[in-house]
Amino acid sequence: MKYNISVSEFIRKSENGGIDYDGFMSAFREELSKWKGHNFLRLTGDMSCQPKKGLYGLPVSVKDCICVKGMESCAGSKILKGYVPPFDATAVSRVKDEGGNIIGKTNQDEFGFGTFSTNSGYGVPKNPHDKELACGGSSGGSGGLTAALDMPHISLAESTGGSITAPAAFCGVVGLTPSYGLVSRYGLIDYANSLDKLGTIAKNVHDAALMLSVIAGHDGMDMTSLPAQRQNYLQHIDGGAKMKIGVPKEYFLNVDDEIEKNVWDAIKKLESEGASYTEISLPHTKYSLAAYYIIATSEASTNLARYCGMRYGLHGKLEGNSNEYFSNIRSEGFGQEAKRRIILGTFARMSGYREHYYIKAMRIRTLVIEDFKRAFKGVDVIAAPSMPVLPPKFSDIEKLTPLQQYQMDVLTVPANLAGIPMISVPCKNKFAGLHILGNHMQEGSVIRAAAAYEAIR
Amino acid sequence: MKIDSDTIKHIASLARLNITAAEARQYQKDIEEILKAFEILNSMPSESEPSFQPVPVEAALREDEKEECISRDAALSNTKHKEKGFFRGPRVV
Repeated sequence: MKYNISVSEFIRKSENGGIDYDGFMSAFREELSKWKGHNFLRLTGDMSCQPKKGLYGLPVSVKDCICVKGMESCAGSKILKGYVPPFDATAVSRVKDEGGNIIGKTNQDEFGFGTFSTNSGYGVPKNPHDKELACGGSSGGSGGLTAALDMPHISLAESTGGSITAPAAFCGVVGLTPSYGLVSRYGLIDYANSLDKLGTIAKNVHDAALMLSVIAGHDGMDMTSLPAQRQNYLQHIDGGAKMKIGVPKEYFLNVDDEIEKNVWDAIKKLESEGASYTEISLPHTKYSLAAYYIIATSEASTNLARYCGMRYGLHGKLEGNSNEYFSNIRSEGFGQEAKRRIILGTFARMSGYREHYYIKAMRIRTLVIEDFKRAFKGVDVIAAPSMPVLPPKFSDIEKLTPLQQYQMDVLTVPANLAGIPMISVPCKNKFAGLHILGNHMQEGSVIRAAAAYEAIR
Repeated sequence: MKIDSDTIKHIASLARLNITAAEARQYQKDIEEILKAFEILNSMPSESEPSFQPVPVEAALREDEKEECISRDAALSNTKHKEKGFFRGPRVV
C-alpha cells in the first residue's frame, strides 16, 4: 500500500506535495479499524486536520491521562468518565502547533497504576503480536498501537515508574522517557507529581527524537519545568557508537535468560562499532522498588483526593452529607488497584508511620540519585535490560499478587526515581528491550546510543 | 509490619472509600505482603537529606500580572451540579 511508509518519508513526501492527505487519512482510518478489537484507543477523535508545515498532519495518538481540548480524557479511570478538558496540555498544544493530527486517546492502566495495562476501566489492550500477551503498562495502548500500525504515527505517552519503557519493550517498539522537568506536565492528569514525565513511543529512534523535539522545552505553566531551550534532537541520531557504556551488575539479577543474552549481544555490537563498556555498580538499586512505591502511592493518594463527583467526571445524585456523597462516588469510580494504592499511600503518610516509610523513601531516593551521579562521572550511558521478563500472558498475570506485579518494575524505577532520561530500543528478539539510561538532561546521549544500536541490530 | 483489617477500614474511611469486609480482608493481605517486602527500606541506615524532587526545583516566580484564564462557563462545563454560575455540592453536615 502506498502509505506504508515511515514518518520521515511521510514528512519528506509532504514537503514536496507528494501526499494526498484526504487519501492518506482514509487509508489511516482503514488501518485503525483492523485493530479495533485490540483496545488500543479508548477514544477515537474525528481526525479532522488541515496539514501544515512541520508534521504535515502526522497522526499522533495521546495517552488518556494527557488532556486534549474537547476530547474526553479519563486517564483510564471510570471516575473521570465524561470529563472533556476545556484546554490542551502544553505538549498537545505544541504537537498541534507543529501540525500534528491528534487522532485519539490511548488506553492505559487507571491513572498509570499498572505494568500490564490490565487495570484500565475501559478494557484491556492486547499485544498486536499475540492477543494472549500483555502490551505492558501503563501506556499499553500507545505501545500496542505504535507496534500495530503499518503507517506513519507517533504516540504521546507518559511514565511515572516505567510506563513508557514497559510497553515499548513488550510491544517491540521504541520508548523515550525524558528527564524530569524537560517536558511540561501542564495538562497531565497526575499520578505522582515528583515522578511523572511526558515522553513518546514510536516505531524507531528517529521518530521518538522528532517528537521530543516538538514537546520539550521550558513552560511557565509548570512550576517544575526546567529552563531548557527547545532543540532539535534529531541532530544526535547519526552521532555514532563511540562512547563509554556502563553495565550495572545489579540489573542482571533474576532477568530472563533470553533477555540477558539479547542485551549482552547488543552491548557487544555497540563495542564492535567503537563503544567501550565497563561493569559498574549501582549499590542502592535493591532499595529502589520500595522507595518508588512508597513515594508514588503517597503522592497518588493526595492527587486522587480531588475526585469527588462534583466538578467533573463521574457524578451522582447529591444525596447525604459531603463525606457520604464523596465516599459513594469514589467507591464507585475507582478500580481495585486505585483503591489499593490510595490505601497504601494514605498509610505511608499517616502520623506515626510517615518517618518510617514516606520520609525514609525520600532519603533512599537521594542515595539512588547519588548512585547515578557517581556512575555518570565515568560513563556516557548505562545499558541494561528494559524489563526482567518477556511479555507475559494474561493468564499468567492473573496469578500474580499485587507485590509480584510491582516487582516487574524493578529495572525501571531507579532511573524514574532519579528523573534521568531513558530509552528502550528493541533487541534482535523484538520482545527484549535494551534500556539505555543517560545523565540528567543528556537526552542526546541516549538517543545517539539507541540510534547507533538500531542501525546495526 | 502487621496490619489488621480494622486499620485498613479506618484508612479507607480517611481516604473517603467505602470498602466491604471482604475487600478489607483482601487489602489487608495484599498490603501486609507489600509492607513486609518494603521493610528493606529500614534495613538501610540513611541520614541523607530527603529528595522530594529528583532534581532541585527553583522557586518558579513570575510577574504578578493579570492573564487570561478559562471562562466561568468553561470551568463549569463538566459538572451536572451547578447553580447560578457556581458549583453545587452536597450538604456539609
